[in-house]
Amino acid sequence: MLSFSNLDVISLDAIPVLSYGTFLTTVLDHMKANDARHCVNYMGYRLPNGDLECFCVLADDSTSQLFVARYHLAASGTMALPSLSAHYRAFHIFERVLWENHGVQFTDHPWLKPVRYPHDAAHGATIDSYPFFRIEGGEVHEVGVGPIHAGVIKPGHFRFQCTGEDVVHLEIKLGYQHRGIERLMVHPSTMLQRTVLAESIAGDTTIGHTWAFVNAMQALMRGTVSDAVEIERAIALELERIAIHIGDLSALNLDVAYQLGSAVLGALRTPMINFFQWWCGNRFGKGLLRVGQNRSSLTPALQDQLVETLDDMERRYRPIADTMFELPSVLARFERTGIVTTEQAHIIGAVGMAARSSGLRRDVRRSHPHGVYRAEDVQTHVLHSGDVMARTYLRKLEIDASITYIRILLDRLRTASRDNGTLEDRPVRELAPRSMVVSMVEGWRGELVHTSITDEHGALVHHSVKDPSMHNWFALALSLRGNEISDFPICNKSYDLSYCGHDL
Amino acid sequence: MFESIKIWKQQGGQTIPDVTAVTLPEIFRGRPTIKAEACVSGCTACIDVCPVAAITQSASSTISLDLGACVFCGECADACPTEKIAFTNDYKTATSTREALIMREGDVGPVVFDADAVRKEIAAYFGGSLKLRQVSAAGCNSCELELNACGNVNFDMGRFGIEFVASPRHADGIVITGPISLNMSAANDICYDAVPDPRIVILSGACAITGGIFQRSTELQRAFVERHHIDLYVPGCPPHPLTFINGVLQLIRTRKS
Repeated sequence: MLSFSNLDVISLDAIPVLSYGTFLTTVLDHMKANDARHCVNYMGYRLPNGDLECFCVLADDSTSQLFVARYHLAASGTMALPSLSAHYRAFHIFERVLWENHGVQFTDHPWLKPVRYPHDAAHGATIDSYPFFRIEGGEVHEVGVGPIHAGVIKPGHFRFQCTGEDVVHLEIKLGYQHRGIERLMVHPSTMLQRTVLAESIAGDTTIGHTWAFVNAMQALMRGTVSDAVEIERAIALELERIAIHIGDLSALNLDVAYQLGSAVLGALRTPMINFFQWWCGNRFGKGLLRVGQNRSSLTPALQDQLVETLDDMERRYRPIADTMFELPSVLARFERTGIVTTEQAHIIGAVGMAARSSGLRRDVRRSHPHGVYRAEDVQTHVLHSGDVMARTYLRKLEIDASITYIRILLDRLRTASRDNGTLEDRPVRELAPRSMVVSMVEGWRGELVHTSITDEHGALVHHSVKDPSMHNWFALALSLRGNEISDFPICNKSYDLSYCGHDL
Repeated sequence: MFESIKIWKQQGGQTIPDVTAVTLPEIFRGRPTIKAEACVSGCTACIDVCPVAAITQSASSTISLDLGACVFCGECADACPTEKIAFTNDYKTATSTREALIMREGDVGPVVFDADAVRKEIAAYFGGSLKLRQVSAAGCNSCELELNACGNVNFDMGRFGIEFVASPRHADGIVITGPISLNMSAANDICYDAVPDPRIVILSGACAITGGIFQRSTELQRAFVERHHIDLYVPGCPPHPLTFINGVLQLIRTRKS
């Protein structure tokens, strides 16, 4: 496999085209080499002649390396292939998408089921015909929930197989939010249309996804932004992390009926997202990140305002954050509920928060640093219990770490250059032809991966988006095993996974 | 308990006293205005830059901007060489008719709310209490987060009797967010059918009103919007909680003579 790094532009011609048999053994050999390797993307697209071209990208977190291999499947040839999932379960979701979108039959895939139900799915099935796993037996009963849930949240269907009060298995069926993002990305579009699309992949990860997208485009344009623009983006990403984590702490308190915690933390999210409104005119940071620039810069006045906002937020946040983790009524619900072991997290390829609360150190900011993160001054926390408590407490630790990191970034911003970017004067340029770039950003949920491929004219022919939820929904399913359905809300909220980021 | 009281005291009053009289920061992109002046000859900069085709030019060369599609990115205002288009911080953009979302040259006043378009029974039944069922039909979660924020201690929509409820059977209407994906269209129909009459329909966000940035997607099924009377359009990407609350208040408080 060809070795490269996050945001390296590589020529397609440098990636050898392997036969599928060689591809399979090569990828498996690379995965075997060490435990820090995992699949960050595996996708395919149709060439003009109808052949299917597939790329598999692995990441080695211990060496900051990425690896890529590719193979071709002739439109007229066989689509029946042995799977990677039979060896490494974490590949299951990627192979399911290849089957769904392009009809590749992975013959020994353990779980070859539809993912998003696009209107022209190769399997021909529609969303009301999902083949649920069922357990038969006199004591077994089944509970179905969704797609519309009892709250203002996005849709998905949850099917529980229970014996008595215990959940034996939870199957999560998604796809309701499928909007055809990847298809729209390669539809003839302006760069602004694609950027606005990136902002709408998952509204709660506006900064994360948009940053991953603009980084990919900037790399393909062979251009850079100034140090100041880069630092501002890192600040925006941490603000997004704090805002969502606080909102989730509020929701977790609500689900265990700790009203004061819920109300106070709910109110504390407001100054965070209102700061975005002061900065760029939108509470989610929409309209802030653009290819080659930030539309509003973090002026000295705004920097002072951010310091004040953080000071005030911290003053009001500390007492409630300390109190909630001392209350027996809260801890009794969180501790030893919804456990996912380190081994399970590893098998399913969990990333981000879900990995870090189950003992896996996965954080792109440290393992695959780009630009601002090369200074290695962002702190990553890892917890080991893998329960709701770990995922909740990790949020508290990460809020603290993000506040500290924003203060560090603000210090660096004061002396950072505003004019050493090469894209400032002409932000939109031609993309490098026949090239590929993998852009990774650590959003608040985890590893966001945007992979762009261009043709010989520099036109975008494939843009693949991978939200951390692609891996982590399976962690939620595992965490329910042996728990009660009544603990589903806190298990679910402890992950707060994205439906639309998964469905695209 | 004393610790809890201390925390409660420390937070102070967080609720916005009057949601109809808030001034948002100048940089907030709310209702746009288009000056009634001739464009630079042959210039189509705003039309070309708009990511959602919200801006159109008439035969007489005047331009108009459809708030139903607008994602309020503000790029048209930047692209215009004569500053003809500008975004104000006016968040009261929700309205009762599709037509009122079209901003035309010379429109400088607030978005028109056509009281005659509001069905008579709405004020009679829902004036003091309105329960809504929200359906995320492929929303990206920013609209949904803002609808949740409407009920938090800051905006406190509950004080007006307006609340989101779990069951459509308990609801007086539905609020749709998202462009309505093919895969959510059946569930959306079932949800609407389960709401007892009289019932209202609110479209919240550019995606719900026109498809927004997803207009060209092959994965949508928007027949619902054509088939049903829409009582309130709430523009934005996402709509600000104040836009939603003011729109709904106007809808349920409009009493016809």
